[in-house]
Amino acid sequence: MSEEHYYLELCENPVQFENASSVNNVFFDEANKQVFAVRSGGATGVVVKGPEDKSSVAFRMDDKGEVKCIKFSIGNKILAVQRTPKSVDFINFIPDYPHLEFSQECKMKNASILGFCWTNWNEIVFITDQGIEFYQVLPDKRSLKLLKSQSINVNWYMYCPETAVILLSTTFQGNVLQPFAFKSGTMSKMSKFEIELPVVPKPAKLNLSERDIAVANMEGSCKKTNVLKLNTTGKFALNVVDNLVVVHHQSTQTSIIFDIKLREPDCALNVHQPVLPPRSIHPYRIPLTGPSAVPSQPPVPCELYSSSWSVFQPDIIISASEGYQWYLQVKLPPTVNLLQDKGKLIDFLLRRRDCKMVILSVCSQMLNGEDKGSLPVVATVFDKLNQVFKEYLEAEQTYTVAMESGPSRGSTARERPVRTQAVIDQSDMYTHVLSSFTEKKDVSHKFIIAVLMEYIRSLNQVQITVQHYLYELVIKTLVHHSLFYMLHQFLQYHVLSDSKPLACLLLSLEGTYPAAHQLSLDMLKRLSTANDEIVEVLLSKQQVLGALRFIRSVGGNDNISARKFLDAALQTADQMLFYTIFRFFEQRNLRLRGSPSFNPGEHCEEHVVYFKQVFGEQALMKQATV
Amino acid sequence: LLQVVRNPMVEKPNKDGRPPTIEYQEEEILDTVYGAVLRECYSMYKLFNGTFGRAMEAGGVELLMQKLDKFFYRYLQTLHLQSCDLLDVFGGIAFFPLDKMTYLKIQSFVNRVEESLSLIKYTAFLYNDQLIWSGLEQDDMRILYKYLTTSLFPRHSEPELAGRDSPLRPEVAGNLLHYGRFLTGPANLKDPEAKFRFPRIFVNTEDSYEELHLIVYKAMSAAVCFMISASVELTREFCEQLDGLVGPQLTLLASDICEQYNVNRRISGPDKEPQFKFIYFNHMNLAEKSTIHMRKTASVSLTSVHPDLMKILGDINCDFARVDEDEEIIVKAMTDYWVVGKKSDQRELYVILNQKNANLIEVNEEVKRLCATQFNNIFFLD
Repeated sequence: MSEEHYYLELCENPVQFENASSVNNVFFDEANKQVFAVRSGGATGVVVKGPEDKSSVAFRMDDKGEVKCIKFSIGNKILAVQRTPKSVDFINFIPDYPHLEFSQECKMKNASILGFCWTNWNEIVFITDQGIEFYQVLPDKRSLKLLKSQSINVNWYMYCPETAVILLSTTFQGNVLQPFAFKSGTMSKMSKFEIELPVVPKPAKLNLSERDIAVANMEGSCKKTNVLKLNTTGKFALNVVDNLVVVHHQSTQTSIIFDIKLREPDCALNVHQPVLPPRSIHPYRIPLTGPSAVPSQPPVPCELYSSSWSVFQPDIIISASEGYQWYLQVKLPPTVNLLQDKGKLIDFLLRRRDCKMVILSVCSQMLNGEDKGSLPVVATVFDKLNQVFKEYLEAEQTYTVAMESGPSRGSTARERPVRTQAVIDQSDMYTHVLSSFTEKKDVSHKFIIAVLMEYIRSLNQVQITVQHYLYELVIKTLVHHSLFYMLHQFLQYHVLSDSKPLACLLLSLEGTYPAAHQLSLDMLKRLSTANDEIVEVLLSKQQVLGALRFIRSVGGNDNISARKFLDAALQTADQMLFYTIFRFFEQRNLRLRGSPSFNPGEHCEEHVVYFKQVFGEQALMKQATV
Repeated sequence: LLQVVRNPMVEKPNKDGRPPTIEYQEEEILDTVYGAVLRECYSMYKLFNGTFGRAMEAGGVELLMQKLDKFFYRYLQTLHLQSCDLLDVFGGIAFFPLDKMTYLKIQSFVNRVEESLSLIKYTAFLYNDQLIWSGLEQDDMRILYKYLTTSLFPRHSEPELAGRDSPLRPEVAGNLLHYGRFLTGPANLKDPEAKFRFPRIFVNTEDSYEELHLIVYKAMSAAVCFMISASVELTREFCEQLDGLVGPQLTLLASDICEQYNVNRRISGPDKEPQFKFIYFNHMNLAEKSTIHMRKTASVSLTSVHPDLMKILGDINCDFARVDEDEEIIVKAMTDYWVVGKKSDQRELYVILNQKNANLIEVNEEVKRLCATQFNNIFFLD
């Protein structure tokens, strides 16, 4: 199968640990994402590896019985080990504190500890079959203090470390879930909820086990009214990656993904179908290491979906028998060919994390190639992208305004809006898609221009100012295909907004298209900051009088360079014109300085000479007598 | 083509019994106007029949004579020479003012229809008898525009204005989903027996020489022209496909444009009522605007100024045509009127002011003010 076939893969550098065996027990702590390899109950060593750790933590502890559960508190400060149903043992790992063990029994009589969770570096929760106990660990005193407890019959529990919420399965059938939240040293009971069971067994018995539930933290609100249609039966395991719910099906050795943010607007209950056809995780090869390995031996394929696999939230897969811990990853490029509806594909990609280059490649593909999209499809894609772009721009603007107006009265501190990869701006589109698209030889020019106009329309529709380089692209394409009449109409209706670069581009086209001169002057006038440019244009056309009258009409005649105008007048070889211009500047000199002669700094000496030559010395303006 | 114009004459009665003297008033007639009318005759003929040369190639002089006879027999009856004036010299096109967003929507519409119906070679979009977009080259569009606004549209608007029970009222196509209908071609799509044909036009006669079917489709005040190569046979199925695709979209677009237009009118205020009587023409894009001429009917284009003044405008235009440079000419006419003609680059502007006691400087200032307010988008040299 080609690379394009698989959209899920295991990460490249898994955490390796000693595989589970008769002497080695492996435990995984979901909260810290640490793998514990406990040899001989700890007597011959415990090796702890975590995702961030450069090196592993290794230590020995006394073998006081089979370890049932072992977890570090946050920051690896205190180790908790459960060996019996009634108590949990603790070892300090804080520098300068002795390595001695201390123990805590659960408070409720006759209760069995189902497990425990650290909620802080020194706070721990015991979950027993009769309730929940919240303790503070005092490492210096080597003892625990009970902060709060709650009696409740518990079947099993699940912990969500990101939000520090423990879910307890209560009632006989086990489908009423009671959450408790732990924050800043307090425990609070949240509202319980019930999971619907498809079949109610008679007599009622425990019908929902922890294997049926996965708790994951997803962005945004996540009501429980989302149903995932699996369309098959069997054993399933769940991961959450990049805001996608990945369901692994062991018997078919495939996985499917659900995008639960995709919702029908009017539905209370969202029933989701898989977004893509089922596929296996990308085959994985394990390089052979160890004393028996030969370096030249090729890596061995790893068994996927094996029964020794365990899946942890949100995106962790562990193979205890092989000794690997992987992160599951989504590969976006293969998804492009699996979703035919471009609108849906873009919606899907916009919700993913590393989506920018994939989205841009979808745009390129849509415009080139055999399966090029029709204009309505192109328009839809542009609109979706620009909607996201606009939302980001508005968020940025709100932030800037709030920052500039000083500290806000509200208590919430403003956060700078994050620019996700889904924000695709004009520069991205120009560089990666449009620029090369307009140069294609095998695409009809009608289509090229129609696409550019759709993009401009789409930007205008959400009131984003179009950058001038996009207009330049339109003009260049029109000129290249000699579609001058079209260009004229676009400018007439101000479809291509005024800017100095555009006016200059138009001027440069005058040779090929004479009307460009008029269009350019119009644009410069509308810009109202381009008077100098207008004068230059008029002078270049030998319209010296026109230039002079224009600059006078905008009140700039005192600032212009006499030399420039006299040069231009000389060029026309029209002596009367030269006379008029010369006289004008003599009058200006008189008005500004009280004398009709030119300043040396004006460099008009040769013009004075020429004037005297042609018209005689007596034609020069006389000094006004006081 | 040869045109013979008889100079108007006036009989001046003479005293003492001599026969009255005939005075020919050559200045009353503007050669440029009638020259323009003549040229337009040819253009209109060529639009519907192709060039003389091609007719000769196809069937010799006999064919050419047949074509000329058939065409001019009807066309000459439509000419009203006494009301021809400066606007005929220009042969311009009135453009409909539109905001950028609506314009882009129209572009999008045209592009999509052209993509769906790939047979379409050229498209033109008009609203309220004014042009918004032309895919045809300028010279061809100019004559097509004249035909549409003086012949085709008026012929179809009278029935629209007719009362509910009038026999002129067009058959409602029975399609309640949209207001689109064909102005050329099938009058009633529902009737499978009815025969129809589209008028044929000839464009780009200088180079590619194309013969095209002219499909004109209208929804409310918006009209679209689709031009398809005449070598293709246009079937009823094709028309139904076009009707189904274009009808709803055009109806929507037409009401969008109407809404935008009303919004703009409200914004620019009620004083947009032009106090100035002027005619503007741009040789570059053939854009013309006149606040002197009333809405054209099929027969006559009414003006609100004295014909003598129109003649003065024509004279000024002749003067402009003689030189290349920019010019300004101010004329005091009759007792009350000042006429100012301004030429800048390729643009001409004529203003008629009714201020008998104004002097030259005041008139000049008035015109400058007009340029600054009505024409602030464009560059007029003083």
